[in-house]
Amino acid sequence: MSAPVTTRSEMDQRLKRREVAKALLADRGDLLVVAGLGSAAWDVTAAGDHPLTFPLWGAMGGAPAIGLGLAIAQPDRRVVVVTGDGELLMGMGSLATIGIARPGNLSVVVLDNERYGETGMQESHTAHGVDLAAVAAACGFHKVSTITAMQQVEQLRADMHSVQGPLFAQIKIAAENLPLTLPPRDGTHLKNRFREALLGDKAHFQR
Amino acid sequence: MTSAPSTHWSESLYRLIKAQKVRQVSVVPDAGHSALIRLCEADRDLQLVRLTTEEEGIALAAGAWLGGDKSVLLMQSSGVGNCINMLSLLSVCQFPLAMWITMRGDWAEFNPWQVPMGRATKNVLEEMGVLVSRAEREDEIAPLAEGTLRMAYNTLRPTALLIGQRLLGAKTFED
Repeated sequence: MSAPVTTRSEMDQRLKRREVAKALLADRGDLLVVAGLGSAAWDVTAAGDHPLTFPLWGAMGGAPAIGLGLAIAQPDRRVVVVTGDGELLMGMGSLATIGIARPGNLSVVVLDNERYGETGMQESHTAHGVDLAAVAAACGFHKVSTITAMQQVEQLRADMHSVQGPLFAQIKIAAENLPLTLPPRDGTHLKNRFREALLGDKAHFQR
Repeated sequence: MTSAPSTHWSESLYRLIKAQKVRQVSVVPDAGHSALIRLCEADRDLQLVRLTTEEEGIALAAGAWLGGDKSVLLMQSSGVGNCINMLSLLSVCQFPLAMWITMRGDWAEFNPWQVPMGRATKNVLEEMGVLVSRAEREDEIAPLAEGTLRMAYNTLRPTALLIGQRLLGAKTFED
């Protein structure tokens, strides 16, 4: 296997993931958020724990499809999946599923540090040239971007709230080891608080 | 060849989907489900989601329920193996989902590669916390399927109906 495409000094100059997550979720309004397991879930939590965020502690590869089910169920709300490159690589087929389902209210944002951060910073496929944005474009996402500057993150934040989807953004971030910021870990609590915040009392009586 | 799947039970399952107000139906195709898939495709009020692998359907169901939608996942038994780790999402969070699964690798199977997963299907589902029932006669399918839907959405857990290969008609490739 060849050496990673990105040098250490290039990597150090990349966007910082916690700043990116905070900027993306600023003034989130009634945005519905699914956060992929590992660092992406910690980043979203560091930006502010919220009942309308569903952070994953497992189910690796499932975040985009959870976002799709939610986006179909709630066509009048905007839905964003924030996940990592490793999580997305495990569910890459779901980009094809989203591409043909064409949910206009769904954004998939990958925080791409080219590493498996929770398991020892091993390089992922994106460190060796796999272009997830190109995959999303080929799968038929309506708008696709590769982001390397905070100004572009601001534009993405605006697009997530307004532009016809599905949107895909690959944000190149530095490979950092950061303190964990953990969301609640009881899955039934995360599910129930999300449904209650979204559906009100009906959440507890639907059958 | 595949014996032409009876459309009678497929229509019953379609009526059940409508009566129980299921809105999302996700699918990796199987010959046994082909008539039901056609009925769901033709219904503009249903969202038919074509999956690349069955585990996407597990995750989709979780998202659907977060948003207030009931869903059903259609697949063949070989796909159960593709779902194993993703099923932890349903059991940990108590997400409801009914899976209607057509069997391969049991009665009169001709393809040896189908047999290991066919033998393991029920045990795998049960080990991952799914309540499993099994239909061996056509007249059992609709009532058992209704049971999986009611039990999933009333008791907040994943359920599965296995539809036996004998009643579907085994594929042979000999005719």
